[in-house]
Amino acid sequence: MISLQPRQQPSKLMGLLAPLLALLLTVLAGLVLFALLGVPVGQGFYAFFIEPVSSVYGLSELGVKAAPLIMIAVALSVGYRSNVWNIGAEGQLILGGICGGAVALYFYEVDAWYVLPLMMLSGVLGGMLWAAIPALLRTRFNANEILTSLMLTYIAALLLSLLVHGPLRDPDGFNFPESRLFHAAATLPNIMQGTRLHIGALVALLLVVVTWVLLSRTLLGFALKVNGQAPRAGQYAGFTQNRLIWFSLLYCGACAGLAGLFEVAGPIGQLLPTISPGYGFTAIIVAFLGRLHPVGVVFAGLVMALSYLGGESAQISLNLPVAVTGVFQGMLLFFLLAADVLIHYRLVWRRTGVAA
Amino acid sequence: MFALPSLKATRIRKTVVVLAATLVSLGSLSAFADDHPTKVGFVYVGPVGDHGWTYRHDVGRLAIEAEFGDKVETTFVESVGEGADAERVIRKLAADGNDLIFTTSFGYMNPTIKVAKMFPDVKFEHATGYKRADNVSTYSARFYEGRAVIGTMAGMMTKSNIIGYIASFPIPEVVRGINAFTIAMRKVNPDAEVRVVWVNSWYDPGKEGDAAKTLIDQGADIITQHTDSPAPLQIAQERGVIGFGQASDMSAFAPDAQLTSIIDDWNQYYIDRTKAVMDGTWESVDVWHGIDSGLVGFAEYGPAVSEDVKAAAEVIKEGIIDGSIHPFQGPINNQAGEEVVAEGEILDDGVLLGMDYYVEGVQGSLPK
Amino acid sequence: MSADNSMLVLIGLSVITAATPLVYAAIGELVVEKSGVLNLGVEGMMLGGAVGGFAVAHLSGSALLGVLAGMLSGMLLSLLFAFLTLHLRSSQVATGLALTLFGIGLSALLGQPLIGVAYEGIPTYAIPVLRDIPVLGTLLFEHDLMVYGSILLVVAVSFFLRSTRAGLILRAVGDSPEAAHALGYRVILVRYLATLFGGACAGLSGCYLSMAYAPMWAENLSAGRGWIALALVVFATWQPSRLLFGAYLFGGITILQLHAQAIGINVPSQLMSMLPYIATIIVLVLISRDRGRIRKNAPASIGQAFHPTK
Repeated sequence: MISLQPRQQPSKLMGLLAPLLALLLTVLAGLVLFALLGVPVGQGFYAFFIEPVSSVYGLSELGVKAAPLIMIAVALSVGYRSNVWNIGAEGQLILGGICGGAVALYFYEVDAWYVLPLMMLSGVLGGMLWAAIPALLRTRFNANEILTSLMLTYIAALLLSLLVHGPLRDPDGFNFPESRLFHAAATLPNIMQGTRLHIGALVALLLVVVTWVLLSRTLLGFALKVNGQAPRAGQYAGFTQNRLIWFSLLYCGACAGLAGLFEVAGPIGQLLPTISPGYGFTAIIVAFLGRLHPVGVVFAGLVMALSYLGGESAQISLNLPVAVTGVFQGMLLFFLLAADVLIHYRLVWRRTGVAA
Repeated sequence: MFALPSLKATRIRKTVVVLAATLVSLGSLSAFADDHPTKVGFVYVGPVGDHGWTYRHDVGRLAIEAEFGDKVETTFVESVGEGADAERVIRKLAADGNDLIFTTSFGYMNPTIKVAKMFPDVKFEHATGYKRADNVSTYSARFYEGRAVIGTMAGMMTKSNIIGYIASFPIPEVVRGINAFTIAMRKVNPDAEVRVVWVNSWYDPGKEGDAAKTLIDQGADIITQHTDSPAPLQIAQERGVIGFGQASDMSAFAPDAQLTSIIDDWNQYYIDRTKAVMDGTWESVDVWHGIDSGLVGFAEYGPAVSEDVKAAAEVIKEGIIDGSIHPFQGPINNQAGEEVVAEGEILDDGVLLGMDYYVEGVQGSLPK
Repeated sequence: MSADNSMLVLIGLSVITAATPLVYAAIGELVVEKSGVLNLGVEGMMLGGAVGGFAVAHLSGSALLGVLAGMLSGMLLSLLFAFLTLHLRSSQVATGLALTLFGIGLSALLGQPLIGVAYEGIPTYAIPVLRDIPVLGTLLFEHDLMVYGSILLVVAVSFFLRSTRAGLILRAVGDSPEAAHALGYRVILVRYLATLFGGACAGLSGCYLSMAYAPMWAENLSAGRGWIALALVVFATWQPSRLLFGAYLFGGITILQLHAQAIGINVPSQLMSMLPYIATIIVLVLISRDRGRIRKNAPASIGQAFHPTK
């Protein structure tokens, strides 16, 4: 019989091997899935994992898709380490988009260098404002942030819909629900000609470094970690639990708000009734897939983004319905998550019947 | 022992090379097939299984395949968000060698225009938008003509003089439908009124059903909808009232309750446009066709429809087809009772396209 | 329906059907969380139950078989979750979210042949005698069997958690798995059973959607109700009776805002649609001020993996 035995120390080797093992298992499970659907296996894997990143454009799109996921996930992992369960990053992203986008529309006639920085500031503040609500309700009224942050996401989505159907819609757009296209001064500079890869990708990496330093080199980071393991102990470092809750939520709100602004000022270029395909929710998976570690989050974000791009290319080149890509994505995640068991545990063979 | 690893490595390397070669040949096979089938791509906003808007576009795609057989190859990508993802998907379809690409939701307008600039040889067709280019057509259907027909039927059949209207989002397309319905209804029954409930969703059977219950509870004896699921009609069936279907024939869900249904029928348009690309005669056009073209179809009349109601509905249909009747022909009053279109005048397409007010006979006010 | 149906009764009837799927999914998740497991895959399991129940009901013609199949579908998906999180100790939050993605995809794939198929729905059953009580009779005793079932289930869970030995063990496992283990209880087994129960309830919730609420199958039929159910467990501060209140509050405001619109109230519909979410937050704030009580009810070990030898 196989059983699991805890390791004294988490295995560094397994930390690297586990994802590879997961990939191998996904390949095996994929063989079965593709065989059932009558898809040539080689083509299936090519479409999912290789074709999306086989060109410069493909790679740039991977960056476009992964950037918001990484930005949000890295901030979420700060909160999750200290047991602050913000699951409303999607709403904070939307508010960032709304506030930043509103600035772009207000300065519609202005072609100046300060428009974009002002949009970013406004986006950050918008996200922070939306995250401040659950922080206030939690610290002041003891209201659980899981519920409040989730409910605020629905409210944010309806608010965006309200604004884009009304005050923010394009005056020359036949009353269709979308804003004007932002001018060049309100659009993010690209970092690669002919692609949509914008400075958001660089900011995401910067945030990864900042968060890594924060968590590993500062007293605040230490307090956050301690608070996660033993809520009262954190106070000895000079940080009350309430301050940590405020910090976790506001930090995430700022990052998610900026990610939302980058979406509307980057690849979208205007405000639409929906500006995110659920980045705020997907980032929760990314945070845990990356083991709540800033560097892990980068890899997890790239894998997750690739699985979405792969889903699209599988639809195009193999005529697979989107449902199949969802199943495949689910399997990949299951294997990745399950394989992590090897980091903390070793498999041991134990003969049944033999007394321990 | 020491030789083994290198042997293994060679074998693996060989396998990789063979695999890569297979992949390359598989890829090129489809690209350089003999008679070079015309490739047609579709971008859908919902899943094919929504049984509504996207489903009807996919029926159109299948009609292309049925018509041209081996001469075409069709591809679709479903549930593509109207944000940043749309541009990538459209660009991928273009780069993948599609000759004609249908982008089937309003939110794809700007990405379609943007990608079309990069691929001047690919033809694009964008549904329900207003921006065109040399290689971008727009197409839409005058569904409001259908609403005028069912509005007439509703005006004749209602006993409570309250009609319940379940609406999705306050966009001009939906407002236009509400107004066309109401104007036609009031022509045959000036006492009838329309009550609108917005559910802020195109497809949520539970919520749509709840909205139907609400309207029935408030006295509506006829239910009509501009959302995609058959739930409102199911509720109508259950509660013993009547109503109209949307997008496809929903009589299977409400055999007694469905009076008729306005059907989105893209089949012929899609076949014609594909043919045009094959023949090299494709041109950028702005298509906004109605009942006459077949884009707006109807399901068979249900058992509750009497002969004189059928006859009246047919008169409206024929009048719209021959041009003697226009759903937005004056006099039309706004909600305040002020005349906005004078007797004999017809609203022009520009106003219709951006319609943002209710006409007389609609209860409640339109959010601005 | 009889003539004494006032508007209030009619509204009440709609509220009850709108709340029932939330009650099923949330009461299941409540038990799961009480055992110390957080399964965020409710939405995926609901869809599994919806498609499984609908398919079997359609093929067999039996509503009962359909409901059983729906429960079983939900349980199978929860078994997957249980194996990954309890045996392989994967992250519960991430595995639950992955289960949702998986469930949405799988249900869409398996449900393809069922699109456009009509099903007459679970019949309503008026309870004799009681139904003849004026006003209340119609409101409370003329429903489909699953509505009665949801109430009974809440009562049963409440009784189970409070007054049975097994319920006590379940709570002990959720509050302090180490202590429960030391006392000789099989923590992993208890959590398996609780997770399976949660899967069955989510499956039932899905069945209610596809077989009673709006009898049909379409992709993503649940439209986010699994998330609301998760929020309701928190809202209820892990107490079954409060959960019932939360579900009816949410359902009630959803229906009332539709009525306000139909009357012609001059407020943008998006603002009206926000009301159920806003109301839930406000009520949560009002009932959360008693810190001690919440701490008493919240399972202490929620979301954490457990290993017996730790």
